[in-house]
Amino acid sequence: MDLLLNQILAGISTGAIYACMALAVVMIYQAIDHLNFAQGEMAMFSTFISWQLMQWGLPYWVAFAITLVLSFIGGIVIERLLFKPLAKAPILTNVAGFIALFAILNSSAGLIWDFTIKEYPTPFGSSPFLGSQLISTHQAGMIGVTVLLLIALYVFFRYTRIGLAMRAAASVPESARLVGINTSWMIALGWGMAAAIGSIAGMLIAPVVFLEPNMMVSILLYGFAAAVLGGLTSPFGAVIGGFLVGIIENLAGTYIPGVGNELKLPIALALIITVLVIKPAGLFGRPVVKRV
Amino acid sequence: MTALLNIKALNAYYGQVQALHGLEFSLNEGSVTTLLGANGAGKTTTLRAICNMVRTTGAIEFAGAPLSSRPTENIVRLGIAHVPQGRGTFTTMTVEENLELGAITRSKAGIAADIERMYAYFPVLKQRHTQQAGTLSGGEQQMLAVARALMLRPRLMLLDEPSFGLAPLIVRDLFRILGKINREDKVTILVVEQNAQLALEIADHAYVIETGRIVMSGKAAEIADNEDIRKSYLGY
Amino acid sequence: MSAVQEVVTEAPVIEAVPKRAMTLGAGTSLVMLALLILVPFFVKNFIIFQLTMLLVYGLAVLALNILTGGSGQFSLGQSAFYAVGAYTSAILIENAGMNYALTLPVAGFICFLFGFLFGLPALRLSGVYLALATFALATAMPQILKLGYLEAWTGGVQGLVVTKPDPPDIVQGVLAWFHLKMSQDMWFYYFTLAITVAIYVLSLNLLRSRSGRAFMAIRDNEIAASAMGVDVALYKTLAFGVSAAITGIAGGLGAIAVQFVAPDGYTITLAISLFLGMVVGGVGWLPGSIVGSAFIIFVPNIAEGISKGLSGAVFGVILFIVIFLVPHGARQVAMVAQHLLGRLKKR
Repeated sequence: MDLLLNQILAGISTGAIYACMALAVVMIYQAIDHLNFAQGEMAMFSTFISWQLMQWGLPYWVAFAITLVLSFIGGIVIERLLFKPLAKAPILTNVAGFIALFAILNSSAGLIWDFTIKEYPTPFGSSPFLGSQLISTHQAGMIGVTVLLLIALYVFFRYTRIGLAMRAAASVPESARLVGINTSWMIALGWGMAAAIGSIAGMLIAPVVFLEPNMMVSILLYGFAAAVLGGLTSPFGAVIGGFLVGIIENLAGTYIPGVGNELKLPIALALIITVLVIKPAGLFGRPVVKRV
Repeated sequence: MTALLNIKALNAYYGQVQALHGLEFSLNEGSVTTLLGANGAGKTTTLRAICNMVRTTGAIEFAGAPLSSRPTENIVRLGIAHVPQGRGTFTTMTVEENLELGAITRSKAGIAADIERMYAYFPVLKQRHTQQAGTLSGGEQQMLAVARALMLRPRLMLLDEPSFGLAPLIVRDLFRILGKINREDKVTILVVEQNAQLALEIADHAYVIETGRIVMSGKAAEIADNEDIRKSYLGY
Repeated sequence: MSAVQEVVTEAPVIEAVPKRAMTLGAGTSLVMLALLILVPFFVKNFIIFQLTMLLVYGLAVLALNILTGGSGQFSLGQSAFYAVGAYTSAILIENAGMNYALTLPVAGFICFLFGFLFGLPALRLSGVYLALATFALATAMPQILKLGYLEAWTGGVQGLVVTKPDPPDIVQGVLAWFHLKMSQDMWFYYFTLAITVAIYVLSLNLLRSRSGRAFMAIRDNEIAASAMGVDVALYKTLAFGVSAAITGIAGGLGAIAVQFVAPDGYTITLAISLFLGMVVGGVGWLPGSIVGSAFIIFVPNIAEGISKGLSGAVFGVILFIVIFLVPHGARQVAMVAQHLLGRLKKR
């Protein structure tokens, strides 16, 4: 029983990482209506920038704030430069663009900062949280930040006009233009916000997994899985999905015989797919009601 | 009366296909004008051309300002509300959010009051205000689309076949409300219809369009009374 | 009021492709074929090997094209089918001593079953959800191949070495009359070419057949297709099966050509490459598969040549340039060329 409880706790703390990433995934899905495979790399690149700023002697929170702003601008610039020209191209061509962006960011980070693992500081400290060996203060802080971010996003999309406009632009672009929304800029804004959220995720994850160009590859997968599990239309679902994926992954590793570390990901994915087969819009996603 | 909208030598193209051939007409401020014609005559294209949603040449002037070089969303901001064919409902959002989106370009003041006004026009929308708009019936969605357009407080409202697919009683109701909106809110209306009889009842002026050209124009009442025109162009 | 149905559908993955545009003209096809037959006479063995891989990946891209371009289902799991085909061939040749040519239909059949079965749960998924499911398959496959209790057959992490076949005695005999000898590489190239051409022709016919029309109806509008009486579930799974079968045959050929199978040869990277090949070749345009295959084989090498440290970035930039210039891939180039030719003829 203790083992089960411990594994669940451990799952929640890794889940916080996924939740954070899933939030960024949902964010951009809301804005551009597809998944961005380069998102993890964008987060990784942002995290490297913050690391560089700290290397140059800036305090953590200053570097954090500057990175946030730079990432937001960077996201917008990437959209304007690389993806706006593809706006009329087929979806699959856009996906190829994401893969290209992935390759560019990953390879550039490797060249600039090389592939050695780097330590990354945490603002929350890493002592045990409330005496528990399983959750450190950093992980608790990470969960806290994720929840705060979630609330902020919920408020933004639900109660602000710009949030409403972004949702409208993503769901029915033509109608959005007919009510006077500049849909093209809404997409750019979505990229900017997703990049900023991604940078937060990256900076929170880096102390746990260490900083290196490939740090986000598998985390993004879990983030996708979490977002899809929770329902791509729901930031709340994404966070819950993140925690669930973390727990599922840990329990599968412990209780299913023959599952080493290697098979954890496939098993977690298989479970998620099982859920999706039963509930195609995800646990908390709003099914698209379609009149036939 | 001055012309609010002035269209001169308007051509429109879908790829290689030319859909409008030198269209010319104007709308008087405060009037209700109807554009009649058969399927494929170019009615929808005309409305889309005004909002710069198709490739065009020629001149379109709204209150003295040229429109053709502006992107759709900026044209809307000038006060032109377009109720598109198929209604363009934001199906995943609530009815109330749809209405708020109609006023997204306005400052916040007065929006709540306007939403209440729309609920007064279309009480059924109030009953369903928290419902996902995609679950509304066709008639309800049409009402929502008109209400959403009105939320802009437009000077000009473009309606693309509002009667399409609706039960006759609902259509009557809708047109009655359109007439009221025109009188009370001083909204100029351009309505495209296949249901000519109904459109002519509320319109002041009518144009008949055929294969991308205006073939007939006149006072709505005169056209409605002229049996020859009715028989040859409008088919009733 | 019509019934409100709860469905999660996405916009069709690709725009409708007119049926004629799925193929090349007969003349162009014959020129291409002649080129493919003649080239090996003029190049070194290593290049012949690369050409063989060009055909092998071309087949795999074609298979994805049938699935995505044909029936509108997106898959990131093609590397899994490829791996199953490769291992089937390798195990049958090395452990059972079967003739290499005979292992290919077996590989195809096993992959067909595998794909068909996988297609059943996939029926409930579309768009990103299907992408995730197929992705899971692709990530799982290398791990499954490494599993301890399969090691007796798969050779575990080490993989298996496959012997490359010699040209048949008849061929060598005939060639000896002209004092010529055929290398293993060249023989296997022609063997692969024959299979590729056969599968290409069969695929074209499949897409032109009743089943092909059913695939495309599903791609363009699933609800309308089912209303027309198309058995959507059957055809969607069938598309998965056919695609997997062709991918499996490609995998088998690839294993023999490379003379080696190992779990890490069939990771998600392969699936992503095949996807890029499809996009660059033009989604839904079968002849583009070979162009896409060329892209994924040669462009990484070119990128490496330009800058070792930044090869990934160079690859990304080249990919961006390609999709900026021709967002619809090689199909777009072909269409423009056809248009220009048509103009010339008019004059």
